[in-house]
Amino acid sequence: MRTLKIAMSSLFLAYTLLLATQTRSLAAAAEPASSGQQDKASRPEPPSAGERAFRQNCARCHNAPQSFPPRISGTIIRHMRVRANLSREDERAILKFLNP
Amino acid sequence: MSDVFGFFSSRPLRHIAAALALSTGMSAVVSDASAQDTPLISGGVGFFSSTNGGNTTYLPVLSPLLAAPIGSHVLVESRANLIESFFVKGNGQPGYTSAPFLNLTFLQGDFLVSPHLTIVAGDFLTPFGTYNERLSPIWIGKFEDGPLIIPLGTMGTDSSVGGMVRGSAISNAKFYVDYAAYFSTTSTNLQFNSERSSGGRASVYFPQTGLEVGGSYGRLLQGTHQNYSGLHVWWQPIDSPFHLRSEYAHGEHSQGYWVETDYRLSHFGGPDSAVGRLEPIFRMQQTFRNSPDPTDGLPSADTRRADFGLDYYLPHELRINTSYARQLSSTGNRNVWETGLVYRFLFPTWKGK
Repeated sequence: MRTLKIAMSSLFLAYTLLLATQTRSLAAAAEPASSGQQDKASRPEPPSAGERAFRQNCARCHNAPQSFPPRISGTIIRHMRVRANLSREDERAILKFLNP
Repeated sequence: MSDVFGFFSSRPLRHIAAALALSTGMSAVVSDASAQDTPLISGGVGFFSSTNGGNTTYLPVLSPLLAAPIGSHVLVESRANLIESFFVKGNGQPGYTSAPFLNLTFLQGDFLVSPHLTIVAGDFLTPFGTYNERLSPIWIGKFEDGPLIIPLGTMGTDSSVGGMVRGSAISNAKFYVDYAAYFSTTSTNLQFNSERSSGGRASVYFPQTGLEVGGSYGRLLQGTHQNYSGLHVWWQPIDSPFHLRSEYAHGEHSQGYWVETDYRLSHFGGPDSAVGRLEPIFRMQQTFRNSPDPTDGLPSADTRRADFGLDYYLPHELRINTSYARQLSSTGNRNVWETGLVYRFLFPTWKGK
């Protein structure tokens, strides 16, 4: 029982830390741009449709492989279409993302 | 060992295997037309150790996956596990002994009928809950062993022999709906072991919040017919390395849940920094025994277990897993220590131009 209490306390602590990190990130994102163009230049580019589709479908379960030859990208997409039930749009977007 | 090589021992299964092998070979010819559709071999190789209640087991594992497209509408895929288990001899004898284990996880043909429908035939992972299909590969799962409730709904065999329809029903900027429904026949073949059953799963995913909610249902259609139901909730906030996965499953004689969280410390210097490669993970799970059933695969008494893990992502697709678990049950409390090293590989079946 004591172990479970420790486990639940650890989980609560982890959530609190996560919340704090997320709140700080959101606050930073909400701050008005103070130096116009400079801030625009340093801001990371929004993810492409393919990258977004990859994160929303494939990265829910696993990280992206570090590298692979382009000639198997079509096979990977076909496998992921079945495994992750990809829509036609996401299938095309991810293929373009993996094989620009 | 004769069991290990009991592959395709029945005539119909030999025919299926021959057809799939032939079609895999054919894909070499067909896929030359498309530069991106070369068949691939992926998978993982790992070395794991587990000390459970004082007994240590060593498991070298090779888990290859083959995916071979045929034309533009068919994919043949298969995954296997080759394990050599080293464990204490027991009965007071000193030293270790070992046992080989070869398991064909699935061997299926996928027919891409339309953007919303794929028909799967063969031996496939049973679509119940999330762990079996999505987290069971050794190069994906964060913990070395699966949750305790896995046998519920997967009929104890994890895979089914028969047919399945699945796909994306609706997909737009606000939500995705996907589905899977299957029917399985009885098979007593060692490598294609399955129960007569049917069932399915449906999920809704909200991409703007990263929330996924789904439900599963399965019905065992042999012996005493039994119903299984499940619910899963996953949450992966956008642009955050935090993941929350949870699942609940209910059977006639037992039920249980697991909740797993992980947080890759990539905020600290990026994902390739020394700290950013660390990933603390935590899993809590409980099972509840409603009535005795030695066949459903769950512990015989109510069980609670907390797993604390720390994974480290090395360069070149290597990952170190470590975890400690405390399991509490009226049949005995125990500590489980696990460590492992996993390498993930992915390459084409042959060198292309």
